[in-house]
Amino acid sequence: MHLDEHKIQQSGLNIRIVKTKKFKTNQFVLKFKSKLSEENVTARALLPYVLQSSTAKWPTTAAFRSHLDDLYGASASVDVNKKGEYHILTFAVDIPNEKYLQDKTPLTEEALDVLNEMVFHPLIEHNAFSSTVVEAEKRTLKQKLKAVKDDKMRYASQRLVEEMCSDEAYSLHPNGIESELESITTEKLYEAYQKMVSEDEVDLYIVGDMEVEQMELLCENKFSLSERKPVQTDSHSVTVEKAKKVVEKQQIKQGKLNIGYRSNTVYGDQDYLSMAVMNGILGGFPHSKLFINVREKESLAYYAASRLESHKGLIVIMSGVDPAKIEKAESIIEQQLEAIRDGDISEQELSQTKAVMTNQMLETLDSPRGIVEVLYQGETAGIPVHINEWFDGIERVSKEDVIKAAHKLIKDTTYVLTATEVAESA
Amino acid sequence: MHKKVFSQLDEKIYIEKMSNGLQVCILPKKDFNKTFATFTTKYGSIDNQFIPLGEDDYIRVPDGVAHFLEHKMFEKEEGDVFQKFSMNGASANAFTSFTRTAYLFSSTSNFEKNLDVLIDFVQSPYFTEETVEKEKGIIGQEITMYDDNADWRLYFGAIENMFKNHPVKVDIAGTVESISSITKDHLYQCYQTFYHPSNMMLFIVGAVEPEGIMNFIRDNQLARDFDPEEKIERKFEEEPEHVNRTHHELHMDVQVAKCMMGIKSIEKGISGKELMKKELAVNTALDVLFGKTSSHYTSLYKDGLIDDHFSYDFTQENNFGFALIGSNSANPQKLSERIKEIILNEVKEPSITEQQLQSVKKKNIGGFLRSLNSPEFIANQFTRYAFNDMDLFEAVPVLETLTLEDVHEAFSSLVKEDRITSFYILPKENG
Repeated sequence: MHLDEHKIQQSGLNIRIVKTKKFKTNQFVLKFKSKLSEENVTARALLPYVLQSSTAKWPTTAAFRSHLDDLYGASASVDVNKKGEYHILTFAVDIPNEKYLQDKTPLTEEALDVLNEMVFHPLIEHNAFSSTVVEAEKRTLKQKLKAVKDDKMRYASQRLVEEMCSDEAYSLHPNGIESELESITTEKLYEAYQKMVSEDEVDLYIVGDMEVEQMELLCENKFSLSERKPVQTDSHSVTVEKAKKVVEKQQIKQGKLNIGYRSNTVYGDQDYLSMAVMNGILGGFPHSKLFINVREKESLAYYAASRLESHKGLIVIMSGVDPAKIEKAESIIEQQLEAIRDGDISEQELSQTKAVMTNQMLETLDSPRGIVEVLYQGETAGIPVHINEWFDGIERVSKEDVIKAAHKLIKDTTYVLTATEVAESA
Repeated sequence: MHKKVFSQLDEKIYIEKMSNGLQVCILPKKDFNKTFATFTTKYGSIDNQFIPLGEDDYIRVPDGVAHFLEHKMFEKEEGDVFQKFSMNGASANAFTSFTRTAYLFSSTSNFEKNLDVLIDFVQSPYFTEETVEKEKGIIGQEITMYDDNADWRLYFGAIENMFKNHPVKVDIAGTVESISSITKDHLYQCYQTFYHPSNMMLFIVGAVEPEGIMNFIRDNQLARDFDPEEKIERKFEEEPEHVNRTHHELHMDVQVAKCMMGIKSIEKGISGKELMKKELAVNTALDVLFGKTSSHYTSLYKDGLIDDHFSYDFTQENNFGFALIGSNSANPQKLSERIKEIILNEVKEPSITEQQLQSVKKKNIGGFLRSLNSPEFIANQFTRYAFNDMDLFEAVPVLETLTLEDVHEAFSSLVKEDRITSFYILPKENG
């Protein structure tokens, strides 16, 4: 497995170019990274949506999107998320490679122009964003924050993290805080924007069939960022005094049982891959212990899985269970972790998990956005990803490593979302 | 085996019909790590009335059988098929839609072994009373999970509004009651009828060498015995042209209201290029009217009636079809009135211009190119198109030849006042 990767450092901008002929389109992704904090999370969450709605050259969504349509359906998208305690704003443009079109007008430079215009040339009136645009986007964001409650699976995941990490920045939702939205004026938002472009750590990823030297030159001409300090959060391991349990009731039919554990192992730690394999054996896949025992053997749940929060040091178990059977599910879930701690791991479970993880990584590298996310994963932790080392590392994880990783887990919080009326069930 | 070359797109596809009737397509993707395979039967949730293989009379099976069967295919006497895939590093899955059931896997090594597992498990049914009973618990949980999912309820609410008799109105998984009456005999009966190789397609896309894989499949199929190919007789009840009900709403534990408009298509029995043209033409009209470049989108967004969940789509199958337009909304009633006004006006006084048409074409040509980055898209869409006698790779040429008249014709034959319906999900009032 080989990635034809090129690193270029320009003022205030880390550029990574991955040359490949696999895809019919070329992908450009610009990422802004800052510390997640209560003061600025909401304004930052709003920014990408305001930026993509009105630029100096394309003041309306309709004008901007018409331009993209004329570039053979170039897609421009924004995204807001968190990685550990970093708040990440993403701006992406994906544009067809003209090689596959009848019309051979070059499109690559156009894509960089779109990205540049969207991020660095917003529509500004009197040192502030346009108030009509800001109000419309505030309304949309407010609706989005409210709607988190409507997707019970996502809501339960969010509530667990809120309860579990209540004293940590990680408890913040990347889309911000609903009650803060009102107080964000167009001026305040513009201040947040200036801070973002001058202080955030900025990474540009380019994936596709292109010449590195030409890209380097284009980027130098298009982007002019000031030098900046690296953004870092303080890593800290958390001790758990006493595991807690939170129960919430709503008028729903299927209950949710989510359990959060502290692993205190993050991406880049020596035992990170052991923890990742442990998570795979526990609940990462359809052959994992949770799926087999909670769903297949006991028919207790439609889904039961675990997820590794790679940059935070958590493992979260999620399940959708009949409200009358939550206790039973809880005890079977805990037995699965105990089994791993006791070394009840077959040769097959270990090799299957490694094979599937390797497969998953290779598949991720088959999509342009997948390549970007894999590389950025390492960048966020300050530890560049060397794909082949990752594969070798997974291969080396032993049964003992997995047992050790399982013993590191400390149960922190159990979150139960159940029905207001629980029907007696056979 | 014959080869079709799309030189502009730099893609090739290899096709062969096996002697038992199975269609096999292979599309090699150079530089990819993975290979993706789908094994699909033209059998979905709507196929609930048919003449079983070797019998003379129509029967009606319980709602949700196709989906139930999909679940049960993974369990064999020697255990769970997922295990076999993951031992070879592959991830497997399956889905049931209105018209298809697909079994699939992707892998980056041991492709032939995995392909062998796929073909073998789909072609060796094994059902017992006991395993069928146990599955009812799992599927019951799946159904209740969807019951709590407001977007799913919205989608099916709009479809139920449109159709009175057609089985498309029933949830693909059935209901807790309907699945309770499913027996292993139903599963065998449906299996024998719809899983005959002549009703199926095997599609492989990714890092493969076509010649060798085709030989492997040919040998594999020759070693298995099947009854001779027979035409499958399906039956659908008469469906009125107008909607079942013009409006309905549901109160749920949600914070944000949702609105979905449905437009019922009365087109039946079309396939091939005619179907493709119809689908593309209506979707083009929707793109012009409701896309982000449209004045309607701008004003609906500005008035706070839609948010970034706003979506629209038109699907036409052989014996049913519908357009859906919907969004989360602060005011579902106003949104539905506005959408209705927009679409009815467009029929009365066509507004779409040549320039708008050209712009949407460009956008969709680029979108198609982007889709070809995805092996999943290629396999799933190619199969869906093939089951309707269409060729996925004809989509761009057909799109390019669409005229304003085609677009207007298709849109105005779809949109009639009594074929429009609205469905809302509303937050529960206190208590």
